Amino acid sequence: MKLTRTLGGLTAAVLALSLAACGGSDPTKSSSGSGGSGSSKSIVVGSAAFGESEILAEIYAQALSAKGIDASTKLDIGAREAYIGAIKDGTIGLVPEYTGNLLTYFDPNATATSPTDVNAALGKAVPSGLKVLDPAPGEDKDSLNVTSDFAQKNGLTSIADLAKVKGLKLAANPEFKTRAYGIPGLEKFYGIKDISFTPINDGGGPATLKALTSGQVDVADIYSTTPSITANNLVTLEDPKSMIAAQNVVPLIRDDADSDKVTQVLNSVSTKLTTDALLELNTAFAADSKPTAKQVASDWLKKNGLA
Amino acid sequence: MGVFNEAWGWFTTSTNWHGEDGIPHRLLQHIGYTALTVVIAVVIAVPLGLWIGHTGRLRGVAVALTGALRALPTLGLLTLVVLWRGIGLTPPITALVVLAIPPLLAGAYAGIESVDPRTVDAARGMGMTEWQVLARVEVPLGLPLLLGGLRSAVLQVVATATIAAYIGLGGLGRYVIDGVAIRDYPQILGGSLIVVVLALALDGAFALLQRLAPA
Repeated sequence: MKLTRTLGGLTAAVLALSLAACGGSDPTKSSSGSGGSGSSKSIVVGSAAFGESEILAEIYAQALSAKGIDASTKLDIGAREAYIGAIKDGTIGLVPEYTGNLLTYFDPNATATSPTDVNAALGKAVPSGLKVLDPAPGEDKDSLNVTSDFAQKNGLTSIADLAKVKGLKLAANPEFKTRAYGIPGLEKFYGIKDISFTPINDGGGPATLKALTSGQVDVADIYSTTPSITANNLVTLEDPKSMIAAQNVVPLIRDDADSDKVTQVLNSVSTKLTTDALLELNTAFAADSKPTAKQVASDWLKKNGLA
Repeated sequence: MGVFNEAWGWFTTSTNWHGEDGIPHRLLQHIGYTALTVVIAVVIAVPLGLWIGHTGRLRGVAVALTGALRALPTLGLLTLVVLWRGIGLTPPITALVVLAIPPLLAGAYAGIESVDPRTVDAARGMGMTEWQVLARVEVPLGLPLLLGGLRSAVLQVVATATIAAYIGLGGLGRYVIDGVAIRDYPQILGGSLIVVVLALALDGAFALLQRLAPA
């Protein structure tokens, strides 16, 4: 009986995931039927192919519409290569981005990690014809998490405190072993060595979470806006030395799609987009009722008096 | 063809042949997972299959069950067991045993069923007990199909044991999964090629074994 229910729940979860992955929209069609011009009269907002990006694109589009600027969406375009191509050729005029990843995309040799350094470098790296507006305070990036019990027992609030823990066990995606923000970074920035590393290939998903909550590992790398962080009362360790590059949400826009009014609307949205707000949006999106990105965005804008 | 040359470069890099992450160690781990899985699956599936084949009971259930098990996605099952038991050796071995049971079970009962009923009757007529009929007549005569089931199970397990690396264990899947994570294509290809060669070698060994078995 219990197994049946578990299996039923799992099936539902898998279905919901695959539906969410589809995003409910045809990526080859613009929902307005226009697109291509990218003129300042009508803005097509694009998004990457994952939930948070779709919600942010909906937020941008609806906030602009609410202020009388004609905006439509073209969601679920794909990976960065695909939607950067689309904004360069004018198929879309605006897309939500993340400062650190966008910087490394335009400048693979970039070394900046702190939010200010990343923003400064990004401003210079963006090719002509495009620009980034003010970044939001909210970040979606790798973050090191411990259970609240483990944090209390060892007096942990920051990554630096991990140096006190002997025989530290850490779970993360396999690339953590070699990346600058991973095992090499822990030694370089915080002098933490001899970490027993368990690569778990689910991007901070259920298996990583289970390893952490069951005590099989002490620390887990989970994206900072994942609902499971709040749901399990995990403690996200601070990163005072900016080992993990900043990933603030930022609007990437075509020069010819921008205007003072557009900038003003998007900046007022960005000030409200904190990491907690992103967490709230993702949690709402993952709710059992399976709301659409459009609905989640609209609720959030109303709640924050932006639409 | 560039990536094949680079994969060759990966094979000929001496550091890839030493230590915990070296090819010999990963290969041994991979064979270890495969052997453990197949032994557990044989212990479960072969006696059950022999019983079904000998008595003819529960045949419908066995057919339906093996069909259903075959349809289970191994990676999904792995995650399910992780959520239940945490990480470690249990989740991948469980998922792989479930993968190995259907061909073994089918091979066992089909092997026994393939024996001419007149031969079995003759054996009984000679005064053999049911155990003797099974052990001296049905199993030897059904051996080619039984071995066929084992061959199929081993091949599927050796090719799928790469999933152990998904949750932090070793084996040849480490090269594939770590390689994908950092887009190290020579490493991915190198790791995959070892799995392919291992699978072909095992298949060849079974082909030989099946030829030696009395038909």
